[in-house]
Amino acid sequence: MGAVLEIRNLAIALPRGGDRAQAVAGVDLTVERGEIVCLVGESGSGKSVIAHAVMGLSPKELKAVAGEILLEGEDILRASPERLRELRCVRMSMIFQEPMTALNPVMRCGDQIDEVLAMHTALGAAERRERVRRVIEEVHLPDPERMMASYPHQLSGGQRQRIMIAMALIMNPVLLIADEPTTALDVTTQAQILKLIRELQQNHGTGVLFITHDFGVVAEIADRVAVLRLGTLVEMRAKADLLARPQHEYTRMLIGSVPGIEPKRQGGGETAPLVLKAAGLSKVYRSGGFLSARRAVHAAEDVSFEIRRGQTLGIVGESGSGKSTVARCIARLIDPSAGSVSLGSDEIATVSARALRPLRRRVQIVFQDPYRSLNPRRTVGEAIIEGPLNYGMGRAQALARARSLMETVRLDPDALDRYPHQFSGGQRQRICIARALALEPELLIADEAVSALDVSVQAQVLRLFDEIRERMNLAMLFITHDLRVAAQVCDHVAVMSRGRVVEYGATREVFGAPRHEYTRALFAAAPGRGYTFGSPS
Amino acid sequence: MLSFLVKRILATVPVLLIVAVLVFLLLRLTPGDPATIIAGDAASPENVAKIRENLGLSKPLLVQFGIWFGNLMAGDLGESYFFKMKVSTLIGQRIEPTLALSFCTIVIAVLVAVPLGVIAAWKQGGWLDRALMGFSVMGFSVPVFVLGYLLIWLVSLKLALLPVQGYQRIADGFGPFIRHLILPSITLSVIYIALIARVTRAAVQDVLSEDYIRTARAKGLPEVRVLVGHALANAAVPILTVIGIGIALLIGGVVVTESVYGIPGLGRLTVDAVLARDFPTIQGVILFFSFVYVLINLLVDLSYLVFDPRIRY
Repeated sequence: MGAVLEIRNLAIALPRGGDRAQAVAGVDLTVERGEIVCLVGESGSGKSVIAHAVMGLSPKELKAVAGEILLEGEDILRASPERLRELRCVRMSMIFQEPMTALNPVMRCGDQIDEVLAMHTALGAAERRERVRRVIEEVHLPDPERMMASYPHQLSGGQRQRIMIAMALIMNPVLLIADEPTTALDVTTQAQILKLIRELQQNHGTGVLFITHDFGVVAEIADRVAVLRLGTLVEMRAKADLLARPQHEYTRMLIGSVPGIEPKRQGGGETAPLVLKAAGLSKVYRSGGFLSARRAVHAAEDVSFEIRRGQTLGIVGESGSGKSTVARCIARLIDPSAGSVSLGSDEIATVSARALRPLRRRVQIVFQDPYRSLNPRRTVGEAIIEGPLNYGMGRAQALARARSLMETVRLDPDALDRYPHQFSGGQRQRICIARALALEPELLIADEAVSALDVSVQAQVLRLFDEIRERMNLAMLFITHDLRVAAQVCDHVAVMSRGRVVEYGATREVFGAPRHEYTRALFAAAPGRGYTFGSPS
Repeated sequence: MLSFLVKRILATVPVLLIVAVLVFLLLRLTPGDPATIIAGDAASPENVAKIRENLGLSKPLLVQFGIWFGNLMAGDLGESYFFKMKVSTLIGQRIEPTLALSFCTIVIAVLVAVPLGVIAAWKQGGWLDRALMGFSVMGFSVPVFVLGYLLIWLVSLKLALLPVQGYQRIADGFGPFIRHLILPSITLSVIYIALIARVTRAAVQDVLSEDYIRTARAKGLPEVRVLVGHALANAAVPILTVIGIGIALLIGGVVVTESVYGIPGLGRLTVDAVLARDFPTIQGVILFFSFVYVLINLLVDLSYLVFDPRIRY
């Protein structure tokens, strides 16, 4: 038997007051030598709880109450703290979701890797240094000496994740636990990291427990897939089989919710009145000055596009491409450095703060993180009516509108006097949409508005956006990094890279025959393109 | 980096200028005439007037300021009315005890407070954490002189372990020097232990919830390495800041402690000079303290560079 990890009948209790009695219950799972098992589930399904339990890193409140976790036959749950420390990084290693915060910011990367060797081996300093250099080469980082001398903030997200992987694999463990290791990365970087994990795992015969919520990633990397729902395994089978013929209803729903990459919308409406026209929009950040060198960062350069009533324009790009900067300039949350933004017949890029006030109502934004974009000390009703009250609407009338908007976003109107923490992420995002709509804008900007949501919730919110646009005949600007999401809702897309629009056209044309090299690279990196998800059922 | 240093050093000039003007004016506004005090209780009005003339106190305020400021620019702090010697010499003579006391105090405070704070953060909510927090409330609220006399009574009088009062120069032997310093340093350090321990606890507690602490544990490091190598190193900036503030505040603290323990340092000099309305000495000492204060702040800012590679000036 080659099982490196065997989880038998594992149950972990949740502290009192949780949404269920046990975080996970009755979980059976094996990872064979040289195999990648994907553990898939939505947020709150307990997948990270399992991962941390295997490493013995669970917080005290999450106690295993039944079952066993066997690492090469040794029960982790009954191992002493000293024994656990001996096993960590030697027999089992873990890499985490956020490479930005997972490395110690005040310690050189080389030293952080070296620490593992110093802890677990008796090697001398020179030998350790050589081993660190070799492992950095193995994760394909350029210039190992420089990497070793660098601090984490001097490296990109992808490079940091490679350092994490180097650190995790330097002792050649039999088991690697990867907890959403590519979720925080751009698609092109994600593709490279997935390839790297695959390559190292095959070279060393490592067993990998790969935790993800993304079926695209599953399609790329898994040998077998386990689907977790509210702490119980609903299905566990070989990848091809599971993706093609999901047995359990929940698995079918999850796979069906993954947005397809085929553009859905026909475009059209080219004769509708123009709502927004941006021409030559630029934003430059300058720093330095007195006694130090001046620096200018071009966050957006010469960006032009237009949106007609009833249309959705998607701005697609990776982090740092300038897509959010553009959204903020359009809403005049920041002042553009050059160019014009016209809303109907009004110019908003240059008007004074006073003249801007009445125009603000006409452009509204829904932000990415529904957990942070609502004031926790205000009821959702207050949040929704605040805008209309500011613009002089009577309280009774504003409340009546809030009630009808709650229905529009499919929430109970009686919930208006509750606080944000009483709602789930998807519900909060609906509230944010209602709040934006309360001002009856002409242009609705969604800045990564579905990126923080689970796929099933994401699918619902996307449908809601589409419905609202149609019903209210809105113009929409949809900012996203996810090509699949863009394919679902956008009539036109503008692909941005390094502050510039590199390709702009009807979604069907851009997706059907991308012309720019960068757009092609984006498509090539999109995980799971070989599979058709979200097939109409 | 260099431009930062230049800017910071240039910025000390206006600060010291403002201090100079304020000190001069405030002293002139307070009641009490140096000439009367120097002349003594039985002096005749003519005698007082003569002394006043000699000291230059009968000139208009602006002229007095001009003379003093002119000398200051030439590096001359003036001559003490009371001690009859140059203020700079006076400060030079009295600086050793104050430096020794401040240094010992801060060393004791850091050595005790930082480990306590780290352990309290690690065992958050445990008995040690609660005991420490209780102690720090006490440390903040017990006045220095109460604690000082209490320690003298207990350690020197009852147990006869250490000398009651006084100071021995380091040149006269290290043993007696340190024996005279222990009690005053402990007395003075209590409040700083309370302050630094609290800040350390809060800073380390924050850092302990960071992802890289989880990474460090996942590496199989023992808790001591996690706490010291990873948590404390990242909590350094707020801790350094409060140590810097502590050193600056010490200057105020030594005035009382030096009086209680009869140490002839700058604190005692300040008290004596104030009682004698010795204007040049008071002005000189306060200017000197301000300069030290500004310098310490600069050093603290520079020390951030060592502990946090992300900070660039």
